[in-house]
Amino acid sequence: MKIELKGISKSFDQNHVLKDVNFSINGGQVKALMGENGAGKSTLMNILTGLLTADSGKIIVDGQELTYKNAFDAEQHGISFIHQEMNNFAEMTVIENMFLNKELKTKFGMLDDKSMIAKATQTLEQLDANIDLTTKIGDLSVGNQQIIEIAKSLMNDTKILIMDEPSAALTETEIDKMFTIIRKLKQQGVGIIYISHRMQEIFEITDEITVMRDGLTVANYKTAETNIHQIVKDMVGRDLADFYPERQPHYGKTRLKIANFTSNGVFQDISFSVKEGELLAFSGLMGSGRTEIMRALFGIDHYDTGTIWVNNKEVKIYNPSDAIKHGIGFLTENRKEEGLILDAAIADNIGLPSLNEFSKHGLLDQKNENTFIDLLIKRLTIKTVDRTATARSLSGGNQQKVVLAKWVGTGSQILILDEPTRGVDVGAKREIYDLMNELTDRGVAIIMISSDLQEVIGFSDRIIVVYEGQITGEILTSVATQEKVMTLATGGKLDE
Amino acid sequence: MSSETKQPFNLGQFYTKMGPLVALIGLVVIVSILNTSFLTIPNLMNLLQQVSINALIAFGMQFVILTGGIDLSVGAILALSGAISAKLILNGISPILAFIIGVIFGAVFGAVNGFLIAYGKAAPFIVTLATMSIFRGMTYVLTNGNPITGPKMNDSFSFQFIGQGYLFGVPFQVYLMLIAYIIFYILMHKTAFGRRTFAIGGNQKAAFVAGVKVNHILIWIYVVAGLLAAVAGMVLTSQLSSAQPDAGSGYEMDAIAAVVLGGTSLAGGTGKISGTLIGALIIGVLNNGMNLLGISSFYQQIVKGIVILIAVLLDRKQAKN
Repeated sequence: MKIELKGISKSFDQNHVLKDVNFSINGGQVKALMGENGAGKSTLMNILTGLLTADSGKIIVDGQELTYKNAFDAEQHGISFIHQEMNNFAEMTVIENMFLNKELKTKFGMLDDKSMIAKATQTLEQLDANIDLTTKIGDLSVGNQQIIEIAKSLMNDTKILIMDEPSAALTETEIDKMFTIIRKLKQQGVGIIYISHRMQEIFEITDEITVMRDGLTVANYKTAETNIHQIVKDMVGRDLADFYPERQPHYGKTRLKIANFTSNGVFQDISFSVKEGELLAFSGLMGSGRTEIMRALFGIDHYDTGTIWVNNKEVKIYNPSDAIKHGIGFLTENRKEEGLILDAAIADNIGLPSLNEFSKHGLLDQKNENTFIDLLIKRLTIKTVDRTATARSLSGGNQQKVVLAKWVGTGSQILILDEPTRGVDVGAKREIYDLMNELTDRGVAIIMISSDLQEVIGFSDRIIVVYEGQITGEILTSVATQEKVMTLATGGKLDE
Repeated sequence: MSSETKQPFNLGQFYTKMGPLVALIGLVVIVSILNTSFLTIPNLMNLLQQVSINALIAFGMQFVILTGGIDLSVGAILALSGAISAKLILNGISPILAFIIGVIFGAVFGAVNGFLIAYGKAAPFIVTLATMSIFRGMTYVLTNGNPITGPKMNDSFSFQFIGQGYLFGVPFQVYLMLIAYIIFYILMHKTAFGRRTFAIGGNQKAAFVAGVKVNHILIWIYVVAGLLAAVAGMVLTSQLSSAQPDAGSGYEMDAIAAVVLGGTSLAGGTGKISGTLIGALIIGVLNNGMNLLGISSFYQQIVKGIVILIAVLLDRKQAKN
């Protein structure tokens, strides 16, 4: 089987997400699709699987043009998509999940458990996987859940399998196991589109690499004939050295100190501190606990033990309101769920944490507030018609700037930024980095959580690595490498 | 400010902006053509009397709905706090003091709702469905199923005045409603509390992360709803010269209808208190007009239901665009 995408274009409102993109995959081939967030990878894959319809362009399967009637049609044509967030039902058993909506039935219309078990067992054997079909799927490890997803697609006679960041939450042994399965599928003639940001994996498992940037396919290589440096350059469109602004930090006194911070079963014994003017990066795999530490610190989640000092004074934080009072701001990783009120005006979003500043005798001083908000819109170069536009109407980068404006507006002296550049286009990324530099120059301490290793190494002063809820190491960015950080992030130790 | 580009006409959008007012004016025109006695002073005053009670409840209901919640217990709170005041008056407490105590009780009942919803993390619909039953049951226990009335109530000027008195030719309860409108207009649209109410309805998680004390605000909002229902209860008790055990049953529906007709989204986060006032007037004119036209109360219910459905569907159409 061979699939070709030819001349695909797609726009959302004024936003041209894909511009005349060409992409192809053959059976028995593992192809990496690389690109930064916002490059257009997801949109392209959603078009390939029929979730979205292209404005123009063709999908050609074995020489014949394909049109989808609906989003389930792609499966009929042997194309499956394993999403980063697996959409299974944690409380249902493995077998129930595998046959959801495709239940096998007896001639009386009852569920045919026997046939289903036989079919599932056979498929799992094909993958050399030994998983109890009667356990709740939520009780399986993430790696095994992933195997079930693969098995599900195999039961549909999948010819082309799309895997989006499949290794993001896996341990090293699980990744090895997944690679064995991928090689096996390859032998069976399945074509695999492998989307990942992890360079090492890409070079280990793929045959070819396609790089996308700003809605265009910019390069196509045989994996054996290229190198990491070239791919990165294609992805960001320039040398990394120019991409991240330079850090010239001047440290002052300690802004924030945490000791013996523990939330049972989530993270243990976390101690660290960050100084005035410092940009401290937190790295670690998804699910390592790095985000949970910050959520507890900001009072969103509960913690069991630990002490927090702000400006060398011990403080108690029970909820975000307490944290804000102590000069902490928190940009969460999911701006649409926790960062923004999408249907409210930009002004209402930015003003929300600062309302007390504008209350006089109980009434809001709206004139004063509007002046303040217009100033922030200008300073953070938020591209909008005016402050009354809804947050939803903005692009990802500008939405992120609105969330940042909230915390710049409260005058935060300690800023926690969880994935500040996720889903943000290249131009806005640079503006966010510049803003972070400006803030640390004025004495703000920034803690940045990022899954993007290049970002962590390219733009921070110091890196703390978290693995399974514990800090496994701390490296000065000046001597850090991707390998060192990855070793710590997967539970390894650095040889001194 | 906004660009003057021509946009295609959108019925949904038009309704949210101007719809309630246009619908009200249209309704008034139609009813006054069909029946000449509609536009007479006595009839209008009678209409405003009815509207006042619904509007008082609806203002509180709107705060609740703005947060994405609902309060089904307001009718029962109205009855229970009315019965408490009536009992107190019969036991020799001055009507003014009895009313104040009744209103405080209403606020406390609201606080119970708010506490269960905020800290119990229970769905507002279920909590207030349960408390509706509890408060109504308590009313029956307190009244023994019979109206509470007596000479101490009928002879008191201050008791009678609230629900039956006139000031410059206008029923006193209309002033009460207007005062409440001004107070809650300011609270909703001019204070941090109001802004936070909208924020909770727009995105509760984001509001929490932005430092909004979601639980405190929720409790206060249900207090407001209970308090206003109790005020309406005082008016009704005075108007009827007695506390009826089944007073206010179904009033929660009229209040919700007024809020929705006024353009507030049931999903929370958007709405204006002026819309709710207009919504209450629409319901009032509808009731009054159908009475004048001699339409049976059975048909009235059907018509009211259809009107609410139309408003909700227009709201959905707007949300989709």
